[in-house]
Amino acid sequence: MLTPAQVAENYFLESRHQLLEIAAYLDRYDAAVARAGARNGQAADDKKLAAIRRALEIVAAQKPTRERTVALLELFAEV
Amino acid sequence: MQIIQPHYHAIARTAQDYERMAMSGVVAVAEPAFWAGFDRLYPETFLDYFRQISEFEPTRAAQYGIRHFSWVAVNPKEAENPTLTREVLKHFPEFFAKPTVLGVGETGLHKSTKNECESLEAHVDIAMRHDQLVLIHTPHLADKAHGTKRVLEVLAGMNVDRERIWIDHVEEQTIRPCLDAGYWVGFTLYPITKCSPKRAVDMLEKYGTERILVNSSADWGPSDPFTLQECILEYRRRGHSLQEAIEVFHNNPCRFLGQNPKFDIEPIRVETAGETVSG
Repeated sequence: MLTPAQVAENYFLESRHQLLEIAAYLDRYDAAVARAGARNGQAADDKKLAAIRRALEIVAAQKPTRERTVALLELFAEV
Repeated sequence: MQIIQPHYHAIARTAQDYERMAMSGVVAVAEPAFWAGFDRLYPETFLDYFRQISEFEPTRAAQYGIRHFSWVAVNPKEAENPTLTREVLKHFPEFFAKPTVLGVGETGLHKSTKNECESLEAHVDIAMRHDQLVLIHTPHLADKAHGTKRVLEVLAGMNVDRERIWIDHVEEQTIRPCLDAGYWVGFTLYPITKCSPKRAVDMLEKYGTERILVNSSADWGPSDPFTLQECILEYRRRGHSLQEAIEVFHNNPCRFLGQNPKFDIEPIRVETAGETVSG
């Protein structure tokens, strides 16, 4: 089993990569909204995007009451 | 679709890479001098390495119909040995005379130390004096923004032809100042570190396609030459035309690398049979 320090170190770059991909996804969405807005008015937000934003709040919790993965799977089951 | 892989460390890869790249449309690769994973001690070690990438590697690539070009440099990670750097730099003109060497690279910064900055300046200086192209490595991860800023500061203090300099490994936080200063930039696609194929396409859509090169690097570490093809697929899936893809992934390398007349692959344009007949 890994120590806390090993977990933090071993999975840092992979987690950094995954967070950057999520950030890029949200930036991509904003850019698409801006493009559509110029032609067709402001695009409505999306239920899936709202779930992603809620998921990020869950992930960021310092002391979650239960496992983050369980909470996220339940959240995404509703989308 | 014909593809050029402008930054590829072939000596770290197997022939199977060449075979698969050829089957996927890669017609040329350019191999910058790289870090060996340890700091080399002797100038002769570099000279044999330069011989390997400028003499032997083109023959290996040719077996798969791929043109192979190369660059020479002392890696930024080895710049803390200025005596070694100076000794190796003396031999650069011998390699500039080789038929497939395009210039100096990858020089650049790793930790942005005084010795690294002096090495970068010496590399750029000899390249400019010999009318060569320059490929500049920018640091990874936490040092990226600071190191890129230092690269721009070093270059700003020199008399350089900015259109002949390619600043590589740019990301979202460093692309703008490099393009605004008039340099070419490169996106390096890695599975985990550096840029991803999707983020590269995001930047192409945001900044346009002029003076941008996309590459996989592909070295002895965790890397994959086919992140380049993954990027092309992502670009096409977002609705960009075949010609637009050719402009980025074939013609832009031709435009930058072709500033050295040894790189004689011309930009291409697709046309339908009807256009050919009527034209």
